[in-house]
Order: sequence, then C-alpha cells, then structure tokens
Amino acid sequence: MKDPKSNNATPGKQGGLNAEIQSRIGHQLRAMYDDVVRQGVPDRFADLIRKLDTPDASPQMGNAGEKNDGRD
Amino acid sequence: MPLTNELRDDILASVPSLRAFAISLSGNGDRADDLVQETLLRALANIDSFQPGSNLPAWLFTILRNLFRSDYRKRRREVEDADGSYAKTLKTQPAQSAHLEFEEFRAALEKLPQDQREALILVGASGFSYEDAAAICGCAVGTIKSRVNRARSKLSALLYVDGAEDFGPDETVRAVIGGSGG
Repeated sequence: MKDPKSNNATPGKQGGLNAEIQSRIGHQLRAMYDDVVRQGVPDRFADLIRKLDTPDASPQMGNAGEKNDGRD
Repeated sequence: MPLTNELRDDILASVPSLRAFAISLSGNGDRADDLVQETLLRALANIDSFQPGSNLPAWLFTILRNLFRSDYRKRRREVEDADGSYAKTLKTQPAQSAHLEFEEFRAALEKLPQDQREALILVGASGFSYEDAAAICGCAVGTIKSRVNRARSKLSALLYVDGAEDFGPDETVRAVIGGSGG
C-alpha cells in the first residue's frame, strides 16, 4: 500500500530534535567549563601576581641578579 | 597602564576562566596551568600595552590563545591526554551517573578541529560575544560564527547521531560505531 521509500525520504522532526541537542551541548559545555571556574584561583597564581605586584617589598626576579654592581 | 591594585585584582579575577579556557583547549590540566602561568607573566610584562578601559579578559584570553597556538604547533604530534589527566584536575567530579556522559562530551570536544573548538568555547562557555571572540582569534566575525556552527553540528553528530554514515568518513565516528564497513 504505502511506498516504504517515502518514509525514508522524510527527515521528520529534525528541527526540533536539533534544537534540543544544541541546548544540551551548550549545557554540557558550560558545565565542563564552570567546573574548572569554580576551583577559583590556585595559590600558585595568587602568589605569582602578588610577588610581581610589590617590587618594593620583595626583590624582583629580573633585577635581583643585577643589583650587585660587581665593582667592589 | 601601570599595574594598579585594581588591575591586579581584575587579572586575578580572570584566572579561573583562563584556566577553564586553557583546560578546554589543551585537554590537559598540567599543561593548562603552565599556559596560564605563562599568560600571566606575559600580561604583567606587557601591562603597559594594555589599554585602560578595554576588555581585560579578552586581552588575557588573546595572550593565552596565542601561546597555546605556538605551543600546539610544537606538540601536536604528542599524545593528548592519554592518561586522562584532564579528569584528574577536576576536584569536583561530576555525579557518578553523569560521569560517563561528561567524559564522552570531553572526548568529542577534543576531536574538533582546533579552530572550531576554540570558537565554540569562547562563545558557548566563556560567554564572549562573536565580536570579542573574533578579536581574540584574529579573524572575521562571520568566520567565528561559521566555526561555532560547524563545531556544534560536529559535536551533535559525534554525540547524538546514530547513523554515522550521514556524517562522512570520520575516524572518531568509525571508532565509536566499531566498523561501518560491514
């Protein structure tokens, strides 16, 4: 009766399905990302910025070696 | 501009999302943190070139992205996250039931071409506008849009489409399906 080929040819609810999948992908992407964001700032980086920020209080990496004139 | 306390705080506040970006790009937690560290050092060394009032996160992301790019070229032949080191970096593991899906998603993300992956992350996860993402990647807005679209359709094909043959010859899909030749 019905031509089975005509069923194959109709993609059906592709659009709606696609939207649902896309929102799921977006959700998973953010979940993965936010998982890391929630870890906050590791001490390693907080220390790094703090050290570089206060050149008066702590010797700067780059200048430390040059402080000695070597002329004594 | 000079490194004021306010700017320092803003840089610090960007660290969590820089890490998330770096991990999403590299798929490797240790490498990601090295990237973030290198990014911060570069940023602080070049802080004078930062324009006050401009988008600090975008500036930092640009530095990180460029560092990753040059690093990636060197390392692309190396094994990426063969030991699942990305998962180890996550202190808060997803609930057990969701874990498999999470891993599948992460694996699929890593299968995307580099251009598409970074575009998708910047727009879909970091929350940058298409314009900012284009500036970060140094390309046209339209290019970013098309990369994001291609990334999304490839991800949905990898994750949710059963008929792999619709998607053309793809190693990943073939591996998942386990032989489409029969």
